[in-house]
Amino acid sequence: MARQINVALIGNPNTGKTSVFNRLTGLNQQVGNYPGITVEKKQGICKLDRGLKAHIIDLPGTYSLNASSLDESVVIELLLNKNDKDFPDVAIVVADVENLKRNLLLFTQIKDLGIPTILAINMADRMKRKAITVDVEALEEKLETKVVLVSSRKNTGFDDLKKWVVNHSQLSTKPCVNASVIAPEYFGRLKKAFPNQDLYKLWLVITQDVNFGKLERGEVKGIATFKTESESNLKRLQQKETIARYQFINGVLKETLTVDTANAKDFRSRLDRILTHKFWGYVIFFSILLLIFQVIFDWSSYPMDFIDETFANLSEWVKNTLPPGDFTNLLAEGIISGLGGIVIFIPQIAFLFLFIAILEESGYMSRVVFLMDRIMRRFGLSGKSVVPLVSGTACAIPAIMATRNIESWKERLITILVTPFTTCSARLPVYLIIIALVIPEERVLGIFSLQGLTLMFLYLLGFGAAIFSAWLLNKFLKIRSRTFFVVEMPNYKVPMFKNVAITVVEKTKSFVLGAGKIILAISIILWVLASYGPGDFNEASQLVTQQNVSNPLTEEELETKIAAFKLEHSYIGIMGKAIEPAVQPLGYDWKIGIAIVSSFAAREVFVGTLATIYSVGSEEEETIKNRMAAEVNPVLGTPRFNFASGISLLLFYAFAMQCMSTLAVVKKETNSWKWPMWQLFLMSAIAYVVALAAYQFLK
Amino acid sequence: MLTIAHLKRGQRAIIKTFEVENVPLKLLEMGCLPGNEVSVVQQAPFRDPLYLNINGSHLAIRKETAALIEIELL
Repeated sequence: MARQINVALIGNPNTGKTSVFNRLTGLNQQVGNYPGITVEKKQGICKLDRGLKAHIIDLPGTYSLNASSLDESVVIELLLNKNDKDFPDVAIVVADVENLKRNLLLFTQIKDLGIPTILAINMADRMKRKAITVDVEALEEKLETKVVLVSSRKNTGFDDLKKWVVNHSQLSTKPCVNASVIAPEYFGRLKKAFPNQDLYKLWLVITQDVNFGKLERGEVKGIATFKTESESNLKRLQQKETIARYQFINGVLKETLTVDTANAKDFRSRLDRILTHKFWGYVIFFSILLLIFQVIFDWSSYPMDFIDETFANLSEWVKNTLPPGDFTNLLAEGIISGLGGIVIFIPQIAFLFLFIAILEESGYMSRVVFLMDRIMRRFGLSGKSVVPLVSGTACAIPAIMATRNIESWKERLITILVTPFTTCSARLPVYLIIIALVIPEERVLGIFSLQGLTLMFLYLLGFGAAIFSAWLLNKFLKIRSRTFFVVEMPNYKVPMFKNVAITVVEKTKSFVLGAGKIILAISIILWVLASYGPGDFNEASQLVTQQNVSNPLTEEELETKIAAFKLEHSYIGIMGKAIEPAVQPLGYDWKIGIAIVSSFAAREVFVGTLATIYSVGSEEEETIKNRMAAEVNPVLGTPRFNFASGISLLLFYAFAMQCMSTLAVVKKETNSWKWPMWQLFLMSAIAYVVALAAYQFLK
Repeated sequence: MLTIAHLKRGQRAIIKTFEVENVPLKLLEMGCLPGNEVSVVQQAPFRDPLYLNINGSHLAIRKETAALIEIELL
């Protein structure tokens, strides 16, 4: 068997680390999660010379080994744990040639851990234009390791990099900076207490508490009882350490790096002058947002219609081809329509991630964060909350995961709590069908369609609810947390196609597999509950035939009646009748009640549930719609879906927390059930009250 | 005390010192160190946050943090 070398890819954010990873591994990569947490774990295989293989882990981007977020702590956890199966034989620190100084800070920390470390200076293709020269040989001598210039855009330098991965045992592991000089007396005590331990490692273990905590302490016995300095003293020492490292780096770069600053004024500052302009910056940002929404809803409607039709046909085909029976029904009505419910969201999600990936790769996203910070802060959010709130229009799950880089815990928590108010794509099918039913097809001022305006209003309502509740939470949540905010403003880059494509594919895949499982499971459960029942259910055909003896009915009409009777007496019908009193004041009957309850698993289940409940054979939207329009409120004699109950439903869906997957992600990200439970309870209570008020007022 | 919060566009300054307790370590790690040169690249409305160039490192910080970092004009 070929021997495998563990390689850790480490670097600052915005150094093109992921493009290096993509170059080394090609499509030979997999994305998973670190056990127990939702931090993405990317790993891949790269073939080397002499039949060797490199197992490469792309660690989350970090500015240093002093972790201040979950993502960053993953890096240090791995590097301090020699027994981890992924512990690197060699580390590649990826640096951006234009930010070499800052990038070297992390390099010195990694090398000081005694891990053979190669420095890969990326974006070497930009050196000429930026008038940067690097004396590679001198740099190698000063840093006592191998330095490789690479360009992931031009695909150069990778052979050299791979060669040194193979020969990593020849690399020196001598530390760059002796950390103990910052406090000789303190480090002396440490050495006495733990004579067999590496001092720098001990220091890292001790200081993680100051910033983040949670580090596995198993490796160093007795460290918890060792009396350390006060927290503010430790902080002071960390600052001293950072300064000492920068002194070393300045000394190294003075003789090895030259930048012709006259040449550096460029494109970047000109673009910044427009894109971060006090007025035009906002105009451009909102135009981009508008464009994104336009594209997501306009362009993706074509593939979505196609998918809808394909699954409907497939279901029909299965029903007609396979022998009739429970299994065929489960397959056709439960599983295939369930799968269709997942697949239909792929176009929107893929388009959204395409835009987000492009905005992030190009460096524009940081400008948005800069522009929006002040405004968002008024509501207890951060400039960095913009990304989650925008992503929330596709799906709250990745949006909530995107809150991780918000430094302040309070701002991050508020962002997580309010993101589910934004109109996610799962609400869209519900909105579309209800709007089509209750909002007349008229035009306002001759141009705007009233239905379209209603939809836009619902989107604004979602954002409004998110912002308003953030403001309330900010008033009432008593959390003291450091509110600091630092955001790097990277260089503008033309997004690399390969990186964007891989992001889109990976994110879409994880949505389909993650959220998809739940949607599929719910559709199967629903199908079972609707297809079986106690008592009367099993004698449905006899009972209905008896009831209608005097009525001349066609066979088809009779069958529809039987199906409706069955449904009413199925398990789900019994449950629906039980909850009917609760939803009646909102203008709904038990069928809508069931659709709402099943939507608590995932909102998009609503239309499918009504489709099943109204015993419509095909899932074609037009038929469901007609069916829904024909429903009559038996008490009032008016259509079931009229203006009042329709608006009430729309508002209910706008506010209610109906998504199990989101709750699960919130639990993971906040590390407690407390917050998702509050979210579920409060959002649903708001939804109920608002829908109730709307119906009672409008009816 | 003159701080980065007072710095105007077009002015250049040297970072002198900062309040150890409240300035996050991350800021130092990103290059905001005593002795480094700092200038304002862009400012958002109400001068908050500030988009800075610190010795070639480009970053944005809030005014309240900027007010903790003492400078000397060049």
